Amino acid sequence: MKKISVMAVVILVIWMASAFRDRNNPLLPGTKNEKIAKDSIESVKAFMKVYKVLMSPRCMNCHPSGDAPLQGDDNHIHTMNVVRGPDGAGLYAAKCSNCHQPANVPGVHTPPGNPKWQLPPANMKMVFQGKTAHQLALQIMNYNLNGHKNKEQLIEHVRDTLVKAGWTMGEARVPPPMTYTAFVAAWDNWVNKGGYAPK
Amino acid sequence: MISLNVNQKVYQVDADPNMPLLWVIRDIIGLTGTKYGCGVAQCGACVVHMNGEAVRSCITKVSRAEGQKIITIEGLSANNDHPAQLAWQQIDVPQCGYCHSGQLMSAAVLLRENPNPTDQDIDEAMSGNICRCGTYLRIRKAIHIAAEIQKTKTKTAI
Repeated sequence: MKKISVMAVVILVIWMASAFRDRNNPLLPGTKNEKIAKDSIESVKAFMKVYKVLMSPRCMNCHPSGDAPLQGDDNHIHTMNVVRGPDGAGLYAAKCSNCHQPANVPGVHTPPGNPKWQLPPANMKMVFQGKTAHQLALQIMNYNLNGHKNKEQLIEHVRDTLVKAGWTMGEARVPPPMTYTAFVAAWDNWVNKGGYAPK
Repeated sequence: MISLNVNQKVYQVDADPNMPLLWVIRDIIGLTGTKYGCGVAQCGACVVHMNGEAVRSCITKVSRAEGQKIITIEGLSANNDHPAQLAWQQIDVPQCGYCHSGQLMSAAVLLRENPNPTDQDIDEAMSGNICRCGTYLRIRKAIHIAAEIQKTKTKTAI
């Protein structure tokens, strides 16, 4: 009888711990409740690789803390007083695509290109700049802060050409600190192993 | 041959698809109001409208412009009477004038999208258009005047 009680308490504690953990890392809306191999250690390890890429100028320059995009390897504020605008694509005569072409322009100090070039919109700024690994992981896994992306959409997002453009950065710009393939593998690993945030 | 619609006229142009739109406009079509400044989208002297947006023609490949509606300073208005042009004339904005076709094309987009711009709106729209003569204060003043002219014109039209 005593053994059964101890077992019951152990099971209860494990269940509560699991519930608590899931509350901190809720499955994103729309995510299938599939049996994924959650692994907080592997997930966090993967995110730390991802974080280095997200904090590189090639990613962070378009995820600024203010309403002006950043430029260069030193993350200086974009010249020309360019601002985000409501949809993230600039304003008036200073819209992103007025200078940023569908592809890179040859030469140094020329605008890098992509057909979708823009910042996140004003109502969902998705700031990277100044965020700790903990804060950024929680932000990306939060449906209400990540552009309303569920798990499948997060996996899909890093395959978007605009994300990939970070690795075709044009001349005289430092690339992200790992290959695109390695980044996607780390991202998938992070998300698929539970999307845990480092402490 | 590339088909280009410039100032509501269609041109068949024999050019490399990678040629900057600016070269085609100036050297092939012969519309020299649009100026070359920096060649790397940094100064705004080469601004033209492509489907109403103020693109920098020095780095826009002519292939991107194919099938689009291009307007240059020569086509901004029928009689040089766009509100911005009238305001520019009214207070003699230009000094050397080199950058002002680009300035006017950018101002026209601002006035279309924001008929009553504040100083901050003007700064956000126009800071990418550089003027070595430093006519910025007159540009700002002229845009406010143009906004008033535009309102009067709209009222008259109604």
